[in-house]
Amino acid sequence: MKTRVFFIGVSASVLLALPLLLSSYQLGLLTKMLIFGLFAMSLDLLVGYTGLPSLGHAAFFGAGAYTVSLLALRVANNFWLDFPAGLVMAAAVSALFGLLALRTHEAYFLMITLALGQVLWGVAFGWRSLTGGDDGLPGVPRPDLGLPWSLSGGVAFYYFVFIFFVLAAAVLWIIVRSPFGNALVGIRQSEARMEVLGYNVWLYKYCAFILSGFFAGLAGNLFAYYNGFVSPTYLSVIFSATALLMVILGGAGTLFGPALGAAIIVYLENEISAYTQRWLLVLGVIYVIVTLCAPDGVVGLLQRWSRSRRS
Amino acid sequence: MTFWIIQLLNGISFGMLLFLLAAGLSLIYGLMRILNLAHGSYYLIGGYVGLTVVRLTDSFVLAALAAPIAVALLGVVMERFFLRRFPNQELPQVLLTFGFLFIFADLALWIWGGNPQTLPKPEIFSSSIWIGGLVFPSYRLFVIATGIVIGIGLWWLQEKTRLGAMIRAGVDDEEMARGVGVNVSLLSTAVFGFGAFLAALGGILGGPFVGVYPGADFEVLLLAFVVTIVGGLGSLKGAFVGGLLIGLLDNFGKSLFPEFALFTIFAPMAIILAIRPTGLFGRR
Repeated sequence: MKTRVFFIGVSASVLLALPLLLSSYQLGLLTKMLIFGLFAMSLDLLVGYTGLPSLGHAAFFGAGAYTVSLLALRVANNFWLDFPAGLVMAAAVSALFGLLALRTHEAYFLMITLALGQVLWGVAFGWRSLTGGDDGLPGVPRPDLGLPWSLSGGVAFYYFVFIFFVLAAAVLWIIVRSPFGNALVGIRQSEARMEVLGYNVWLYKYCAFILSGFFAGLAGNLFAYYNGFVSPTYLSVIFSATALLMVILGGAGTLFGPALGAAIIVYLENEISAYTQRWLLVLGVIYVIVTLCAPDGVVGLLQRWSRSRRS
Repeated sequence: MTFWIIQLLNGISFGMLLFLLAAGLSLIYGLMRILNLAHGSYYLIGGYVGLTVVRLTDSFVLAALAAPIAVALLGVVMERFFLRRFPNQELPQVLLTFGFLFIFADLALWIWGGNPQTLPKPEIFSSSIWIGGLVFPSYRLFVIATGIVIGIGLWWLQEKTRLGAMIRAGVDDEEMARGVGVNVSLLSTAVFGFGAFLAALGGILGGPFVGVYPGADFEVLLLAFVVTIVGGLGSLKGAFVGGLLIGLLDNFGKSLFPEFALFTIFAPMAIILAIRPTGLFGRR
């Protein structure tokens, strides 16, 4: 426990201090890592804790991103209106999808989440007059908080994202340590046992599904501001699958592992895309290697290493 | 009238392609509990390899034989060396097959380029035929006939032969099947290869009217998923009925309400799911 507090303290101070050391390009990359890390953590609540492998998580990220972008571009760039609206939309979409998806189990759950995610992708792709179709929505402005300081600079925006990341991580941490979170883990291990113990398993799963969608929407909101542009790419199943890879690569069921996994994937994509057009091929090979060599993720590898060192 | 007949034929023939895909997906899941996300890639690679064979040899028949066999071998390699390490583990299966989906998609883009391409129709089906004053595109009729013949063949194989009995035993209770001397390991590899074979055949048959293009792998995979959600995983009958239903809905949806094309498929899926979470013919 002590080492964990120490570890969190060190990483938080490093993240706080980094803007002093990094170039503005590197800082942009770090901001993206935090946003995708939040997205991966939100998926981990479903995959790692509740045992529900969703293949449609991009739907909630995209719902938030599109809502914020549309409101900021077409209505008003008012943070206090746009941001909550994006969160509500993400939660509403996950509440709707959850009703359908949670009627199913195992392979059916995978297929239905994938199919539902694809519906939203189809809407963004096909409804050109609203969403701009394949071209997406360019020119999303940085948020205007109506406060004396501006978020248009890279450093200010980084701290803006950092605050949300820390808040969300803290809330997720409390959730997974709470009796509610323990019940989710119980459901992952044996649904039947939890049912017998008198838990309303469906309701627990449904709450986890909506919470997870809510935090994915938060990441989507931040990303719309960060990127200044949304397109159907961020609703696609490739994006959902990449999130799943981040979770597994970091370590499912460890909350901070997936954030680490997200950082690794963002870094690799950035490095490899600079050298070759074949990022998708490389990504495919990473999937295969991770599955074969590091099924417990980086955190799993570290734990195994520290355990073997101790004994 | 002609409009409706043509649309009906288009829908049914597309439904037959979906049946070929969903049958393999379903059989593989039924026997091995593997959800293969690279199944649509077999369709894509089948179509592309068929295209190359047709260009080299000018023979549709040769393409229809060579491409499915090549893809079946690919499937066998995937099953033997990768997927069988993860029995009953959804997450590794999903990651692994997604990895293969990306690898195949990018390699296909590299080799065959990004432009949509169509396979030439076999000579004898290149024209339309007239029956009682109505025009029928003969290639569509050929695809429908092929689909029905394969459907009957699969049913016969599964219900009436020793091999089929072994597969059914494996689906129902793998341990018992092993216990009574069925070589489940070999059977699994064979079924996986056969599923890939059927999907590639779908790519060849669909090549002349659906075409092969980047992203086709994913589109057909998604539709095959909807077919198995509607029909039920592990059920041949479900794959056939679901394939027909989704093929027709997709086709009529696209021609009648182009803006809502996806919803004509997903709304019925949602309704069926609400009534029967395991699909029309699914057992669990």
